[in-house]
Amino acid sequence: MPRIAKALLCAVWFMLLTFPVMCIQVNSIDNSVHWHFERALWLGCGVFVLALLWDWCFARKAKGQPIISFGHGLTRLAANLRGDPRCRLGGLSLLAVGMLLMPLLSSIYQTNIMIAALLYVMLALGLNIVVGLAGQLVLGYVAFYAVGAYSYGLLHQFLGWGFWTCLPVGGLLAVLFGLALGFPVLRLRGDYLAIVTLGFGEIVRLTLLNWPSLTGGPAGISNIPRPGLFGMDMDINASTIYIYYLVLAAVVLTIVVISRLKNSRVGLALQALREDEIACEAMGIDITRVKLSAFALGSCWAGFAGVIFAAKTTYINPSSFGFMESAMILSMVVLGGMGSIAGVVIAAMILILAPEYLRAFSEYRMLIFGAIMVVMMIFRPQGLVSGERRRYSITALKGTASASGQGGQA
Amino acid sequence: MRPVLEVTGLSQDFGGLRALSDLDLRVDANEIVALIGPNGAGKTTFFNCVTGIYTPTEGKMWLHHADGGKTLLNGRKPHQITALGMARTFQNIRLFSNMTVLENVMTGRHCRTRAGILGALLRDPRTRREEQESIDQSYALLEELHLQHLWNDLACNLSYGAQRRLEIARALATEPQMLLLDEPAAGMNPQETNELEALVRHIRDTRKLSILLIEHDMSMVMSLSDRIYVMEYGSCIATGKPAEVRANPRVIKAYLGESDA
Amino acid sequence: MDIEFFVELFFGGLTRGSIYALIALGYTLVYGIIELINFAHGEVYMLGAFTALLVAGVLGVYGFPFGGILIVATLAAIVWCAAYGFTLEKVAYKPLRGAPRLSPLISAIGMSIFLQNYVLLAQTPDFVPFPYLLPEMPFLDDLAVLSPSNFLILMVSTVAMIVLALFIRYTRMGKAMRATAQNRKMALLLGINADKIISLTFIIGSSLAALGGVLIASHMQVINYNIGFLAGMKAFTAAVLGGIGSIPGAMVGGLVLGLAESFTTGYVSGNYEDILAFAILILILILRPDGILGKAKVQKV
Repeated sequence: MPRIAKALLCAVWFMLLTFPVMCIQVNSIDNSVHWHFERALWLGCGVFVLALLWDWCFARKAKGQPIISFGHGLTRLAANLRGDPRCRLGGLSLLAVGMLLMPLLSSIYQTNIMIAALLYVMLALGLNIVVGLAGQLVLGYVAFYAVGAYSYGLLHQFLGWGFWTCLPVGGLLAVLFGLALGFPVLRLRGDYLAIVTLGFGEIVRLTLLNWPSLTGGPAGISNIPRPGLFGMDMDINASTIYIYYLVLAAVVLTIVVISRLKNSRVGLALQALREDEIACEAMGIDITRVKLSAFALGSCWAGFAGVIFAAKTTYINPSSFGFMESAMILSMVVLGGMGSIAGVVIAAMILILAPEYLRAFSEYRMLIFGAIMVVMMIFRPQGLVSGERRRYSITALKGTASASGQGGQA
Repeated sequence: MRPVLEVTGLSQDFGGLRALSDLDLRVDANEIVALIGPNGAGKTTFFNCVTGIYTPTEGKMWLHHADGGKTLLNGRKPHQITALGMARTFQNIRLFSNMTVLENVMTGRHCRTRAGILGALLRDPRTRREEQESIDQSYALLEELHLQHLWNDLACNLSYGAQRRLEIARALATEPQMLLLDEPAAGMNPQETNELEALVRHIRDTRKLSILLIEHDMSMVMSLSDRIYVMEYGSCIATGKPAEVRANPRVIKAYLGESDA
Repeated sequence: MDIEFFVELFFGGLTRGSIYALIALGYTLVYGIIELINFAHGEVYMLGAFTALLVAGVLGVYGFPFGGILIVATLAAIVWCAAYGFTLEKVAYKPLRGAPRLSPLISAIGMSIFLQNYVLLAQTPDFVPFPYLLPEMPFLDDLAVLSPSNFLILMVSTVAMIVLALFIRYTRMGKAMRATAQNRKMALLLGINADKIISLTFIIGSSLAALGGVLIASHMQVINYNIGFLAGMKAFTAAVLGGIGSIPGAMVGGLVLGLAESFTTGYVSGNYEDILAFAILILILILRPDGILGKAKVQKV
């Protein structure tokens, strides 16, 4: 009962709180007011339910129970996919076949959406190196994406360079920008770093906007060619499918590189940096080098993704590289689970594909992204997928029962 | 005896506050030395200076090597000092909480291994060999500190005593010749303290390294240390063998107050 | 050099600067108490402008006397923003006390995005004209450099800042706030209710932001759902410039930033106005993160 009373109170509070913004619309041209009292009613009902849910979640959290339990079957499936190598191989090959056949079985429209989703997967995985592994909250990640896209656009426009030349050059330029940002911010604490990188991102965007002689200003650059394949002439459909496979390959490469990196000596150093900077230094790790490596690696992927993005859309302008884009990529990392590769891939796919396929939902996309960031931080800061742990084989334990690690928990 | 750590005239100012003033200290090879004194005497500040976290205002700090050479520690960064052979633990435990016990120790191997980003991506035989060695050495260290059954647990799930031991294991993984322990027995019960004492001795005897420890548990300090430095208000007020320090009137005054002297 | 142009830029800068200072106070107060960059603070300011717009619109349509509209709309904006600030803290930050340092910051970013889109969906994505609410001020006609809105902004923000300074300095609650900012644990031991103080901080900060929102909206005469981001970033720059956590610092920082922007726009080019703010932000954080009036802290190990 007290819970229901509390939820009712919340509902009334929020109805009053949101009353002006939700219920009043003023038309200044014909000087009239439209009242939307029905919105207050809907909102009140919604808040009532959410307040009960919120309370319930807190109770679960206080008792240490998981808030989302995926049901027995799904948990077992996940455990099998992780633990049983045959099951894992089966799952992966099923996924691989699905992804390979996708553009052949569906329309160009669907393929285009998938390309966008895969590009975000790439970006989210890149940001995951910096934020998830190394614990450096970067809010201007999209700046490196812009560097990649504009380096292709500009190098093509002024020097006539092609896609395949620009791909490594774009990555390299993004790395240089990453290092240029990384050097001065080495000493900064977490929240200051976040703000400085946000400022950096905005400066890059504003520069692109206010330098029309070079960047085309708000109009951007158009007529960027799609990538070629041994000089073959491709129509737009073939070219889209070609880009799809290109992005898919890039994503696979990204996953391989990042999972290898994560489990390496450098990866351990990155994670140690995230956990405790002072202890990390005391372990003989040069944090300057580690931080710069994190920046370089992260921005490199954004650069690649940027070049591919420019090639895919054939037209770029500064409005694709605003803070909201950075925030969206960050919310994928947060939802997926900091440092978790599978989680970030799943989260990026959900966050891009869900609004595309659930049309009713698409207006609310950014609203939901914002809410996800808050709710995840409060109830499941480790993200959807956590406890991805590497298996180590210890020579001294070979042949005994616990030869390999028991794996992590979901 | 050959010195390992030699500090002369060390002072550290924070704004107008002098946290360390004109401190001289020396630790010889294979020696266990304790640094004691009331809270706020500057003991941890001293550790922070020696390990490069703070930059001392005045004074010189030298680390002597087995081959007779010595390195000036002033102006070096923490990771360089660790690489030179000085490792430490922290008063308020600073483990990598969301990494496993084994990974914590492997992180300590960082400055003794070489693989870079390229090696990580290619996983060439040399990288793999180095990694396997690092895993096995880390596991052996865990066995030595009786943590081997916990190797795949997250560090944050360990008991307090186990966390303290893991910090020591992680420090040992850097292959130090000089080990600094900041209140290793804090929060331990008498039995755990006894075990720790045996462990510290075992570490010194098997590895022939020197240990400098800050500790408040007097019975442990008295039976474990070869020599003791007593600090008060940032300066050293007494030094010597445990029996001498115990009898020193200034020490008794600092610890027990005027009337009991 | 044209002295009249200079004076105009100077007053323009002061006007902007005092708005930045009003919003910056909210960042600084919150940072002083819970060491959180309240990223959604700019959104509270935007909500203040919208609330005032809507209330003024309703009053105007139903024939409320003109002179009273500004006052009622401002009061409504303050009340509602205080409530928004209070709710924001309870929903998004309070559950994260004691969480790792970056968690509340990410939550704050989430809240900022949420609030922007809440206004976008409930109202409009377009720019809306803000009604002209200011009374006639004939005595200003002699001073050609100072428009009524400039004059009002300067007066109101000066008064608000004096009131705040007196409140912090002399009232019981103000003293409790200062104590909590210095040492939260000690304040708790002395029987200060930290939750209450934190709520109060959000309420005060949000009210000041609301005031800033109404003033700037009546000056610029056009608003949209997105104004909070840039204004918030600039106010944060002002707070950092003055030394985050320091109340006089926020005021000084706001004025310095406002003047710098105004003179750059006047003598160099308007294109670089926003870049300038971000560049100052980055340079200050890198070169002197404690700001002009802040004190350096020793890192605890």
